[in-house]
Amino acid sequence: MIQSALSDLWFGFGVALEPHNIMWCFIGVLIGNMVGVLPGMGPLATISILLPLTFGIKPVGAILMLAGVFYGAQYGGAICSILLNLPCHPPHAVTCLDGFPLTKQGRGGAALGITVIASFIGASWGITEMIFLSPVLVKVALEFGPSEICALMFLGLLAGSTLARGSPLKGIAMTLLGLTLGIVGSDLDTGMPRFTAGLPNLLDGIEIVGLALGLFGIAEFMKSVNQITAVNTSYTRVGLRDLKPTREELRRAWPAMFRGTLVGSLCALIPGTGPTIASFIAYATEKKISKTPEKFGTGMIEGVASPEASTHSSVQGDFIPTMSLGIPGDAVMALILGALMIQGVVPGPQLIRTHPDIFWGLIASFWIGNIMLVLLNVPMIGIWVKLLAIPYKYLYPSAMFFLCIGVYSTNNDMFQVGETVVIGLVGYILLLLDFHPAPILLGFVLGPRFEENFRRAMMIERGDLTVFLRHPISLVFVSLAFSLVATQIYLRLRKPKVAAAEKALNARIDAVAPAEP
Amino acid sequence: MFAEQLKKRDVYAGVLMTLLGAAISLNSYANYRLGTLTQMGPGMFPLMLGVAMTLVGMLILGNAIVAERDPDETILPAQREWRGWACILAGPIAFIVLGQYFGLAAATFGCVFVAALGERSSSVKEAAILAAIITVVGCVVFSLVLKLSFPLVRWGV
Repeated sequence: MIQSALSDLWFGFGVALEPHNIMWCFIGVLIGNMVGVLPGMGPLATISILLPLTFGIKPVGAILMLAGVFYGAQYGGAICSILLNLPCHPPHAVTCLDGFPLTKQGRGGAALGITVIASFIGASWGITEMIFLSPVLVKVALEFGPSEICALMFLGLLAGSTLARGSPLKGIAMTLLGLTLGIVGSDLDTGMPRFTAGLPNLLDGIEIVGLALGLFGIAEFMKSVNQITAVNTSYTRVGLRDLKPTREELRRAWPAMFRGTLVGSLCALIPGTGPTIASFIAYATEKKISKTPEKFGTGMIEGVASPEASTHSSVQGDFIPTMSLGIPGDAVMALILGALMIQGVVPGPQLIRTHPDIFWGLIASFWIGNIMLVLLNVPMIGIWVKLLAIPYKYLYPSAMFFLCIGVYSTNNDMFQVGETVVIGLVGYILLLLDFHPAPILLGFVLGPRFEENFRRAMMIERGDLTVFLRHPISLVFVSLAFSLVATQIYLRLRKPKVAAAEKALNARIDAVAPAEP
Repeated sequence: MFAEQLKKRDVYAGVLMTLLGAAISLNSYANYRLGTLTQMGPGMFPLMLGVAMTLVGMLILGNAIVAERDPDETILPAQREWRGWACILAGPIAFIVLGQYFGLAAATFGCVFVAALGERSSSVKEAAILAAIITVVGCVVFSLVLKLSFPLVRWGV
């Protein structure tokens, strides 16, 4: 088992080290790191903008690059949190609490140095987890029939919508909206057009690029315009020499990094709990086991090391269900899955066998990408810090152009640009009403497969809905889903303090990154 | 009492979801064949989604009516950025119209220029300079390097 995984990994390195794949991986992490640093741009918007540009390249290169944007942005996001106290990037919101006080004490550079080490350790563990866990998961999942797949998707959708940011009830509403949007177009069985409003352009369904760019591009720009003020860059003079932590700081940070990594990798195993939740849990754990919990918030290096390690191990772990089961945990993963489907690759447990180059190449590229990111972040820290000062008023109009041309180029169709504007307006109204748009994408990507498997399961079982309770595996998934809902209700009713703390942090993130999950 | 309820954001959210759910259910019930559970027609799955959405919408609405109103809560954000909103939506529309009649260069310039005007602190001159830079970069990248099938300059449809 271990041996075969290692030889597969060897093959993966062969794929990832091909010159053009290294190039795409480098471009991905470079762009990711850049947008992670920029206040007001997130990985979701960036991946959506880059998505149409990847149609021309081979599937392996495309996925390597898009994945690189995602984990590269995690490195950049930490810079923004620590030096500017801006949670531009939700997983790093909690890093602000202790990172910014450290900056004010003149130790911001050291905090960044610790972050880079913690990120690399966390990511390496997440990748290792993926190497050994995915083949096992695939083996189990290949036995699944339609009813099991259906129950698993149900669990994934429910977890993705209730554990995401914002109210769980609204998250469910958004997932349902996403599932409905996934229906638009011709019905698979009968070919009958559904919800197309008589427009022939909608027969092929709503374009995922248009949906993502409307929700995470236009809607987010509308929310942020004139709201992101010039950032205070008085603390951002950080050079290479400042990154070196003292021995005392390192001694305190080491155990915290490993605890954070552990928390992150556990969170990655629960569907729907992305990096944001992982970093919050890591911070709370660190505070709980610390001998001096009252000092948290005043610049404790543990409060930086642990959440950062946990974010990265969870980011890499997020790829496990996406790549091995074809069930994305959050909107970014849904988008990457969408990119695979556009390339003609069918996601699911058979992917590892039909496209081993994508699967193992991606894993190997994670390591290469993370090493590149360490190399990019350590000597070039001064450049990244300068990027923080780019004003939003230059950023979003330029992004608008890339958005328009990107949507147009998917099908060379102007109709889709208009579609994106409409989706953007609707997305902004939803944002105003405190709905978070990320679950829409999740529902949209899973919708057609969910319906297909549901229909098939019902056909096999002659319309007997109890099939989901009779098959042991689907019973496990369904009961997990219901216990998830029960815990949520319990937490809200019995622990108002937890809910209130979550709400306060959410409000802070909303101010700078409303639509990112 | 009733007026107080209308100041809550979640009341609108709940009503919106309920109406949307009802519309989806009615539409799928009326226009598409439902079939049976064994042989599902095209209308069955959307009907289920619509009913679920209606229920969730009513739950959101119920929660909102029971909950205490936060005195700071407003429906529209505190700062109403009509200019920003209009410009951001007008940017892609300018792209469509100019692209359809005058080609990629004009579309790019128009889109960036209009969108940039949405920021209160930027002047017409600043927006024009930014738009010019993006137009040059965009045309080189998309027209010359990526060879997108979108004429750089054209006249009429």
